[in-house]
Amino acid sequence: MWSRRGHGWRIAALTTIGTAIVLPLVVFVLGPNMPPGKGTPVATSQVTDNTVLLVVMTPFTVFILVYLGYALTAFRAKPGEEGLDGAPLRGHFRSQVAWLASTTAAVLFLAIFGTTELLADNGAGGGAGPNPVTKPGGAPLPVQVIGQQWEFTYRYPTYGGVETATLVLPVGRKIAFHVTSLDAIHSFWAYELGVKADANPGVDNIAYVETKKISTFHVRCAELCGLWHGYMSDTGHVVSDADFASWIAARKRQFAPVMKYLPKYSSSYNPDPTFRAG
Amino acid sequence: MRRAIYPARVRTKVAILATGVAVAGVLIGLYVTLLATGPAPYTPPAAQAAEGRSVNLTLQTVAAVGKLAPNENWVSYLVREHGTWHRSTVWTLPANTLVHVTIYNFDGKSGLRNPFLGQARGLVGGRFAINGKPTAVIDPDDASHTFAIPGLGVIVPVMGVADDAPHQCDDAPCPMETAHETITFTFRTGKAGHYRWQCFVPCAAGFVYGFGGPMQTVGYMDGYVDVV
Amino acid sequence: MRRRRLVEFNLLTGVVLGIVGFYVGWWLGHLVKAPSLDYFDDTGQNDIALFVAYFTGVVGFLVGLGFANYPVQRMLGKPPSLREKETEGIGRYFGLCTDHKVVGIQYLIGIGAFIFIGGLNAMLIRFELLRPTHLAWNGNNYLTLVGLHGTMMMGMMTSGILGPFANYFVPLMIGARRMAFPRIEALTFWLLMAAGTILMTALAFGGFPTGWTGYAPLSVQANMGMDAYIAFFALVGLSMTLLGLNMLATVITMRAPGLAWGRLPIFVWGTVSTSVLMLLAAPVLISTLFMLALDRTAQTGFFNDQAGGSPYLYENLFWIFGHPEVYILALPGMGIVLELLPVFSRKPLWGYRLAVTGLLGITLLSFLVWQHHLFVSGINADLRPFYMLSTELISLPTGFIFVCALGTLWAGRIRLTVPMLFALAWVFNFLIGGLSGVFLSDVPSDVTTHGSFFSMAHFHYTIMGGLVFAFFGAVYYWLPKMTGFELDERLGKLHFWVMFLAFNSTFGPLLVIGFLGMPRRVVTYAGYLQGANEWVSVSAFVLGASMLVFVANLVWSQVFARVPAGANPWGSKSIEFQLPSPVPVHDFDRIPTFGPDPYPYGGIEEAGFDGTRPAVSPARPTP
Repeated sequence: MWSRRGHGWRIAALTTIGTAIVLPLVVFVLGPNMPPGKGTPVATSQVTDNTVLLVVMTPFTVFILVYLGYALTAFRAKPGEEGLDGAPLRGHFRSQVAWLASTTAAVLFLAIFGTTELLADNGAGGGAGPNPVTKPGGAPLPVQVIGQQWEFTYRYPTYGGVETATLVLPVGRKIAFHVTSLDAIHSFWAYELGVKADANPGVDNIAYVETKKISTFHVRCAELCGLWHGYMSDTGHVVSDADFASWIAARKRQFAPVMKYLPKYSSSYNPDPTFRAG
Repeated sequence: MRRAIYPARVRTKVAILATGVAVAGVLIGLYVTLLATGPAPYTPPAAQAAEGRSVNLTLQTVAAVGKLAPNENWVSYLVREHGTWHRSTVWTLPANTLVHVTIYNFDGKSGLRNPFLGQARGLVGGRFAINGKPTAVIDPDDASHTFAIPGLGVIVPVMGVADDAPHQCDDAPCPMETAHETITFTFRTGKAGHYRWQCFVPCAAGFVYGFGGPMQTVGYMDGYVDVV
Repeated sequence: MRRRRLVEFNLLTGVVLGIVGFYVGWWLGHLVKAPSLDYFDDTGQNDIALFVAYFTGVVGFLVGLGFANYPVQRMLGKPPSLREKETEGIGRYFGLCTDHKVVGIQYLIGIGAFIFIGGLNAMLIRFELLRPTHLAWNGNNYLTLVGLHGTMMMGMMTSGILGPFANYFVPLMIGARRMAFPRIEALTFWLLMAAGTILMTALAFGGFPTGWTGYAPLSVQANMGMDAYIAFFALVGLSMTLLGLNMLATVITMRAPGLAWGRLPIFVWGTVSTSVLMLLAAPVLISTLFMLALDRTAQTGFFNDQAGGSPYLYENLFWIFGHPEVYILALPGMGIVLELLPVFSRKPLWGYRLAVTGLLGITLLSFLVWQHHLFVSGINADLRPFYMLSTELISLPTGFIFVCALGTLWAGRIRLTVPMLFALAWVFNFLIGGLSGVFLSDVPSDVTTHGSFFSMAHFHYTIMGGLVFAFFGAVYYWLPKMTGFELDERLGKLHFWVMFLAFNSTFGPLLVIGFLGMPRRVVTYAGYLQGANEWVSVSAFVLGASMLVFVANLVWSQVFARVPAGANPWGSKSIEFQLPSPVPVHDFDRIPTFGPDPYPYGGIEEAGFDGTRPAVSPARPTP
């Protein structure tokens, strides 16, 4: 029979070897393919974030799986031993402290790292409420996202408040999404941009992002908002400055007839929920 | 000796078990059938027109659907088939085809929550006609409903009947003598696909934000468009 | 001698009076008139009548079951009796019975039936998702299926382990002959049965579109089916509150002589920590739903932003209940697993105090994390680092549970019986569930994963992979004790392997699908995800089939084969296995006394494994 110390060394060795094999795979193979891709700086840092999480998890995961596999092999009751008991061990102070110390270190590291990323990225693409703690420098292009049952529409306050049915953004610009709703709670999810912000009635929920390359991205509603929630999706585009200028001019012409009926641009609109039609 | 192998007690158990399985099977069958049941689909007739393949879709919108549906007080779309009005909100349209739509609206004005939807989009010619008069936009406060297939980029506001108009319609289906607005337009279906259509005007009377009941139940102000 | 009553009170009278009560309430509710309720005419839905009908229906059901007999008799000055417990025979399972063992079996069957319906709904959801566009169920029915599945599972599984197993075994494990409040114990079960029936009536009232979270204002504008959701969850909340209260009172006051807190089996600790959560969290749910019901009926504006309320208020209140709720689901599973591992490793529980600390630590922390469900909602954005930290801190006590589970395996003599396989699968599944939870707790990563299939797969890994696997472990471990008949081992192993593989083949890919951008609760999805979704659906059908294997095993072994299990089929040293199978009506001949060690393994047969000292000899008494 192997000594118990031998079991410990073998598990430690297997864990080390396993981690040494898995870690490079996580960093170099899985990491670069983590969502949501590298469409924007915010998305890129989310990829980094996901990779860091995986790296921190890897040794723990490998240890537990190695331990589980080893224990089930080495500590199985052999034929004839079924009636016998195992060793009456009730704890081991040093290994418990070691476990507590390592998990605490990992958790504190993750919390500090996550907070740093969150602040450095001005909310990391998530909805940060009407008064975000950190704002990007310069003057980001404001784009209002209006959720309603069941379509997103978009307003460009710096272009005369024109409203459109599709989302087009100029490349290489900082964007401030102002997300609001006219009825139920929706959630504006621009997957490739790394942006998600809930749309609440009467609330201006701001999310920052910087466009990086000419691309297409998917917009979906990520909060159950009623019957056609599953159909509430569209496609957005990041285009060159020139294309954006001509696109917005074309939209201004197209929607000139309805402009006079649109309410003045506002951080949120106050739909009357007790409005009872008929 | 079958009887000896299966004593009466076992046979009773088997009988109870078989009954239980059969009852459960029937219940599950009923449940699945109930869930799969939806409004019957409707295929509009082909139109005789010079521009090639096209179909005519004739609709009316009523403030209260009456005996045509379980919820009599709910607002609804109806389709005309062979001269009679049905409640069907699942429409089958051919692909790459012009669809001439006529909507007779007998319902009053509710008003759009988002005035942007008061302008038509995705139509052939970019305009629609109210009682024969072409326009691109209506005052959002005058809207009664919208005809919208967001997946095809089609949206048309439907003008509401003035509150003080004479001969208001009482019972669906509404006869043409009662007060109504006629909206006509044409759009082109693209490639085959499965889409939903809906109304964007908060016209569900009595519900918070005007968006419950008929606005969230397939068969009233919502339905499917199958482009085949 | 049992005096015959003119009318017996049982399930039949309960159902009859329940239906009568429903229609009386429906009629009464329609008498309510007020100017502000004119909208009933337009909407064609009278929520007040439905709420009154549900209330009177439940009251009628309970009266029909005989819950009014005791208070009425007391008011008439007649002596109380616990005669319900003295009866024998199959009839006592179909009515009010205050025997904790009967209630345990009632829970197992009753909850099992509703969980079967919930599982069937999951199959129907996965059927729809075989195609990226509309396939089978129309839009309303699909969302109703999503809501029915989530709500039924969340509501019923909260009592999935405490109901059958804690009711049955906690009194035995602490040397008591009954629960502290036996009638309340029975009430918690029958409330759940009424609740489950009410939830299914949602189909008759247009369903409900909100999923299990019921976010306002969507839930305020929804059809009358929403009222079924509200009544269901409020009754479940009431049942949970009473169950938690009853368990705490029992464990605190009714432990046998010598049974100090440090000598309780770990399953009892799991029950205690769950009960604390139930008692503190479920009342929040009841009040929240009451506010929602008022918004829907009396036209108050708690959750209307323009009427002085806020949708955020609902989200906050719901998750103040909802996050403890998910630990109400997780903790009993941990208790079961830590209870099973010593038995089948033939070792004492490793790190008993650490495990108890872990359970209590999770209990405390679970009240401090709820806003991680609202990271991108725009509320309290400044507090996100705090909630990120508190959420990640939960991995510490959860880690305690893991290290205790792993430590118990160390140098054991492991027997891979069916209950042990389920307990080990818990370790694997909950590991993945916990690790995927780290992504959701980290705000930058949550921006992508929030509200996606990733979060859905995550909580299925913790609840189904955790709780349900632990539940089946408990069934295979304890059912022979409860019925006296063995479960078939080969069918059990088939059930386990099919379920384990199909479970991971279902929810593993769903983590990836969520990462690739598929939101939860949608009926359409991007075409490139179709292959993955087909794989998941087929796996899910296999997972559903594995449940049929279990049902077949149950029917075959308990109804037809009926192999007597004997008092102690597992060689367990826990006290319930020192009693005959099934446990007699009076439980113990005399109240047992307890020794210092709940897991006295390795005391006698310890054959000098690597020169270890023999431990103290077991002081477990025979009853």
